[in-house]
Amino acid sequence: MIFPPIAHLIARHLLKGPHTMTGGGDPDAEALRQLAESLGVAARHRLGRSLSIREVDAGSCNACELEIHAANNPVHDLERFGIRFVASPRHADVLLVTGPVTWNMAEALRRTYDATPAPKWVVAMGDCAKDGGCFAGSYAVAGGVHEVVPVDLHIPGCPPSPKQILGGLMALLESVAD
Amino acid sequence: MMGNVTLLEFLSAGREVPGHKPWPRFQLDARAWRRMVEQMAVSNWEILAEWAEPAEVHVALRGEDTGAIAVASHPCPDHRFFALSQVRPSAIRLERAIRDLWGLAPEGLDDQRPWLDHGRWGVRHPLGAPRLTEGRPFTYRFLTAEGEGLHQIPVGPVHAGVIEPGHFRFHAQGETVVRLEERLGYVHKGIEGVLAGKPLAEAARVVGRVSGDSTVAYALAFARAVEAALGVEVPARAHWLRALMAELERLANHVFDIGAICNDAAFAIMLGHMGVLRERILRANDSCFGHRLLMDRVVPGGVAVDLAEEGWEELSHLLAHFRKGFEKAVALYDNTPSLLDRTTGTGVLPGALAHRFGAGGFIGRASSRGVDARKAPGYPPYDQLDFAVPVLAEGDVHARVMVRIEEVRASLRLVDQILKQMPRGPVLAPVPNRAGEGMAVVESFRGEVLVWLRLSEAGKVVRCHPHDPSWFQWPLLEAAIEGNIVADFPLCNKSFNCSYSGHDL
Repeated sequence: MIFPPIAHLIARHLLKGPHTMTGGGDPDAEALRQLAESLGVAARHRLGRSLSIREVDAGSCNACELEIHAANNPVHDLERFGIRFVASPRHADVLLVTGPVTWNMAEALRRTYDATPAPKWVVAMGDCAKDGGCFAGSYAVAGGVHEVVPVDLHIPGCPPSPKQILGGLMALLESVAD
Repeated sequence: MMGNVTLLEFLSAGREVPGHKPWPRFQLDARAWRRMVEQMAVSNWEILAEWAEPAEVHVALRGEDTGAIAVASHPCPDHRFFALSQVRPSAIRLERAIRDLWGLAPEGLDDQRPWLDHGRWGVRHPLGAPRLTEGRPFTYRFLTAEGEGLHQIPVGPVHAGVIEPGHFRFHAQGETVVRLEERLGYVHKGIEGVLAGKPLAEAARVVGRVSGDSTVAYALAFARAVEAALGVEVPARAHWLRALMAELERLANHVFDIGAICNDAAFAIMLGHMGVLRERILRANDSCFGHRLLMDRVVPGGVAVDLAEEGWEELSHLLAHFRKGFEKAVALYDNTPSLLDRTTGTGVLPGALAHRFGAGGFIGRASSRGVDARKAPGYPPYDQLDFAVPVLAEGDVHARVMVRIEEVRASLRLVDQILKQMPRGPVLAPVPNRAGEGMAVVESFRGEVLVWLRLSEAGKVVRCHPHDPSWFQWPLLEAAIEGNIVADFPLCNKSFNCSYSGHDL
């Protein structure tokens, strides 16, 4: 073959443009309201419109992780807004925590929080992360994320759609970087 | 008793429990249970799942030659039972979990370490006779490897990527993995405890969240177990819609994982390409059925949403585009030697181990074990559909990728057939309040999901046990990684893609 398959892919993108949807970067109004309450003015001017996020699965069923992946795919492309996922809490501004926090994960979550340098924010993602969701009351579940670390913003949904995730994170970005 | 005795012949010596559907359940006394374990040493009966109650232990078995399925139960008021793990190593972790959760002691199980219980719950034996504790974590003694130049690498539970939590303890010599040991249980949510006493609708929601990537498969297994227990006839169209959703779920998971495997071999463009394909399915799911991952769409009695005419058209349209995009990506995989060099010969799982552990799904099929619940025991509408189950023998990362590629092609053909042949009619039948026991086996993208349950007269769940295929796959990852370099672990791990949440329950 004259042109390897990768050449076709690259040509397609050059000719037709990326798969990325337009828009989708509007901050969620409810999230802005929540953040105005929890953050006040102390945190502004810190981040220069860029957020580094460390994701922590503290007991989720993995559906929230799937939708975080979707928010990172070329269609939603979270990175075009300056939001990126990092490998270590030591590099992070934000912890994005999913799941009802299980007792077996509570210490790991607390230690991840402690390892994140200030200023830092915690976003609890999904209905379980609010109050334990359908697993609340179990002997193995501590409850919502706020039972273990302080929470600045909650993104609802089971699981939240990439659009909701984006809306929440954009609101956080606006609130802390104004 | 040795020699050629079939599973049902053997178990029928026990007392058959009335009302267990669709397969029989037999209660065995201590002697008969012990004889069953001894017989398993010379038979090829496979364990499908093993679970317990406060004073009874259950095992779902399949007689491999006949395909017959039955549950053997052993009431053990003295809280001890003869361990199956003595003849089936795949049951070791199941029996460690039974000891943690129900407080029943498996006699003959060497490994005395707890499994799901990390000492942090504030209670021992939460599902048996609970005893309050201080909730101080146990120290866990990892298995060792000794020799010159060996070092340990602890990884997790919080990993570097956006994945579920678990701990991996490597013993390595330079770059080479000498021993990997997994420690799981971090996302144990006490799901069986949560399910007890729940009305059907609420229980279905919880079972649909045992492992979020397999929500259709779990909801389907739960619904089929309920329908078996209560003798509910599901409308024909509902069967077809369930299969449609199950295949869409399989497609979405397979394409994304193929991309993610390539990404772990530093070939990121595949992840981007596959991410776009997956997104197309999720959007179609949302507009056709009202949920991107199809959660809570399969319910006892049928399905919660019918497929409208526009949805039918959207899916038909999607199919053609999807196939084209997918084949382009496959050509890219096939023609990138640097990528094939990473996947070929890496993380080999020998066929003998896959058979010994009863590993299902693409992991089993890439190592010559071609079991698929859609074929056997089978369930509608797959008996009316034409599809093949791909099987390879190499057992490496490449074979697992190739099996998944073939499964994507098969699922695309299945979706096509389903859209063309689906009958019209109602999609939901009423579910009565009645007592009963039921079980179902369903093929998720990962392998066989089993749900067993007992319902009360009031139509509530008395007990429900969901079993994830990962139970028989996780231990094999430890074997497959041996002798590989540490840097190839993410690649091997992703090619297995076992569920943490489904396993930890």
